[in-house]
Amino acid sequence: MLLDISYLFLQQYWWIIISVLAGALVFLLFVQGGQTLIYTLGKSEIERTMIVNALGRKWEFTFSTLVTFGGAFFASFPLFYATSFGGAYWVWMAILFCFIVQAVSYEFRSKPNNFLGKRTYDAFLFFNGALGPFLLGVIVATLFTGSQFSVNAMNLSRWETPYYGLEALLNIQNLALGFAILFLSRTLGILFLINSLEGDDLIKRARKRLWYEAGLFLVFFLFFLIRLLFVEGYAYDRETGLVFMEANKYLKNILQMPLNTLILLIAVVLVLWGLFVSLFKNSTRGIWFAGSGTFLTVFSLFLLAGFNQTAFYPSSFDLQSSLTIENSSSSYYTLKVMAVVSLMIPFVIAYIWYTWKLISNKKISEEEINSETHVY
Amino acid sequence: MIENVDMSLVDWSRAQFALTALYHWLFVPLTLGLSFIIAIMESIYVRTGDEFWKKTTKFWMNIFGINFAIGVATGIILEFEFGTNWSNYSWFVGDIFGAPLAIEGIMAFFLESTFIAVMFFGWNKVSKKFHLLSTWLVAVGSNLSAIWILVANAWMQNPVGMKFNPDTARNEMVNFWEVLLSPTAVNKFLHTVSQGYVLAALVVIGISSWYLIKNRNLMFAKKSIIVAAAFGLVAAVNMIGSGDNSARDVARTQPMKFAAMEALYEGRENAPLVAVGTLSGKEQAEYRKKDFIFKIEIPSALSYMVHLSPDGFIPGIMDLIDGNEERGILSFSEKADRGAVAIETLRELKEAKGKDEPRYTELRQKFDDPDWVENYFQYFGYGYYKGMNPISIIPSVSLSFYSFHLMVGLGFLFIIFLAVVLFFSVDNKLHNKKWLLRLGIIMVPLAYIATEAGWIVAEVGRQPWVIQDMLPTVAAVSQINVSSVQITFWLFALLFTALLIAELKIMFKQIKTGPKEGGN
Repeated sequence: MLLDISYLFLQQYWWIIISVLAGALVFLLFVQGGQTLIYTLGKSEIERTMIVNALGRKWEFTFSTLVTFGGAFFASFPLFYATSFGGAYWVWMAILFCFIVQAVSYEFRSKPNNFLGKRTYDAFLFFNGALGPFLLGVIVATLFTGSQFSVNAMNLSRWETPYYGLEALLNIQNLALGFAILFLSRTLGILFLINSLEGDDLIKRARKRLWYEAGLFLVFFLFFLIRLLFVEGYAYDRETGLVFMEANKYLKNILQMPLNTLILLIAVVLVLWGLFVSLFKNSTRGIWFAGSGTFLTVFSLFLLAGFNQTAFYPSSFDLQSSLTIENSSSSYYTLKVMAVVSLMIPFVIAYIWYTWKLISNKKISEEEINSETHVY
Repeated sequence: MIENVDMSLVDWSRAQFALTALYHWLFVPLTLGLSFIIAIMESIYVRTGDEFWKKTTKFWMNIFGINFAIGVATGIILEFEFGTNWSNYSWFVGDIFGAPLAIEGIMAFFLESTFIAVMFFGWNKVSKKFHLLSTWLVAVGSNLSAIWILVANAWMQNPVGMKFNPDTARNEMVNFWEVLLSPTAVNKFLHTVSQGYVLAALVVIGISSWYLIKNRNLMFAKKSIIVAAAFGLVAAVNMIGSGDNSARDVARTQPMKFAAMEALYEGRENAPLVAVGTLSGKEQAEYRKKDFIFKIEIPSALSYMVHLSPDGFIPGIMDLIDGNEERGILSFSEKADRGAVAIETLRELKEAKGKDEPRYTELRQKFDDPDWVENYFQYFGYGYYKGMNPISIIPSVSLSFYSFHLMVGLGFLFIIFLAVVLFFSVDNKLHNKKWLLRLGIIMVPLAYIATEAGWIVAEVGRQPWVIQDMLPTVAAVSQINVSSVQITFWLFALLFTALLIAELKIMFKQIKTGPKEGGN
């Protein structure tokens, strides 16, 4: 512990790490999006097998990122972890259920004597693919729209509605981001499959489908983003810690954080470019542009939610219970220890990248599947 | 203090955690050990170039994959349940407890998931050596993840390396190394992983024994048994050693759990170890005491085990409730009084904050005063029980006693069994020993019973604490409505049972098909 760094720096650093994990998670939701398209795109059994196997070699990355995201939130902002998980119980439980059934489905679906039958496991994959991204989107939207909870003097939190999170589904802004993430994951799923599979008809079908998915994504996302610029936001005063409502808070954040805004703009351009080359240039590399664009978009949205004196988990029940990166974080010591641990992240990304390329250097075709010894 | 807590909410939340943990633990130990067994087998393949070993590796890898998937499925819920069902706990100790979970994700889960993909799909895509490295890294990754979650669990049993901060009303980490390297954590890790290796060895031997009985896949079965028995025997020795250390550690840090494990009511010197015993079904009003109907004791062995000397004193449940001045043990009511002072001080401090600065400063200083912390704050958790019947801090004695004795008894049985199997299989005489092969099949369910019993001892025995002496389970629970927890409990029960049936059916089918056709 040689460096002399401030508490606030560490809190911001950890919010950045959380934002990085969130960005990676949403990018990796292409696995979920792909799972909802197995029967839409795959018209024969072999095509469906190809799709499932392309996704099946990546699903654990999404899963591990989700788990790490939860763990990192717990370690760095435990009051969020306690408040949101313990309060928005039903939304998180629904997310967990759909990830539980995903984890077994790849391995079990084509094994003989699998009790529930292939169709059931494929239904599990669809269920996970549709509900997972949608609900994650809804939860992320509550970082902007607020939830109804209170935190007492002992920092113990309590949910103040009897619906335990389900009430988030009644907010149009939350729904918009939920659907945006759902269609984004389907868009990315298609782009990933275009990149990974061989088969002219299948790819053609995928490109055609891309129009609808990308279009719906853009409609919902733009609705969410534009509306965000005009709503009141939850700001706090750094000196007193008091939370107050501020008109056009997120628009102000955009104007006051130019670097983040630049990232957001680059991100949007990358996503659009990824879509453009896939739709008009017959490129197979759209996933890399749209994927990195997605990562950066989510990253910058998270900074928008938590930086510049903004409460990242606002309470619409009791303003002063709102969580900020300063009042909900772990202690200085813990954040510092964890900061040292986080230096491993680039190394982790490097080996993931290296092995990803090794495993995916050959496109998945009918022959590839037939020569493979481990098939889902 | 805890009169207002809805006990059925606490019970259902506990039931849900117990259910998910017990299910998860049906799959994890096999993964821990089998990952090393397949890595050893693949190493032999790479060294000898013999295709037989590749086929053997692939069969066990397939068994590993089926088991791993369901282990992952049941594992995700455990991490999030700390938040969903134990949110007060998550705040109170999240500063310490969250870190190992995050490190587990960053360090272990990605290692596992990345190299598992290479392990399963890389046979034709990467070099033999890189593939072998990947298989080893999967084993390392699985075991690394075990380190972190066990460090977290050990910390709950024996909280170290932290200090209470009254301003945030939580415990904060002050020494990471103390948390990581506490003897409780080290022993727990060694004991848990080595029993995972033993279980995996017994599963490999059990399945291979079935082939030998059926007179098929003989070479495959015999070679698998040799690898597994050798690996398992080494692990079993370590398991007994770390188990012994763990027991000593429990006696030191969780005397009530230790007394419950031995059903020891009256403390004594030259305490005997109950080797085998049966408790009466009748419970006496005082201390919920149950007498032994029958027992076989080893004189002074318990004292010797803990103090390495026969005249060491072992406190019983009654000493821990009524206190024992001679031995310097405070009574329950004294601890509860002192804990209540600590709780009250914290409450007053919160009230004074911002209103009465001198009072606040005065109270704040107490939390920095080592004497006050040792004499009052140390009993913080007991404060919740002030004025309550002391039996509320006695864990279930019969569950602790039987689980502990079952686990230990089976542990010794496994070590003998593994030695006998290794002896006969090295001489290649195993095939004719039908009785031993049948025993090999019976050992498989026994291994699972032993490992689950181990967790029951660890978790039931420490009740009513979620953090030893500091936070009772009743104060840790999320304040949600009990019907929500009931619904999720039954959903988990249904889903996990269905998945377990699916897993077993798939597994049996793969075993029946055998290494020739299946397994790849």
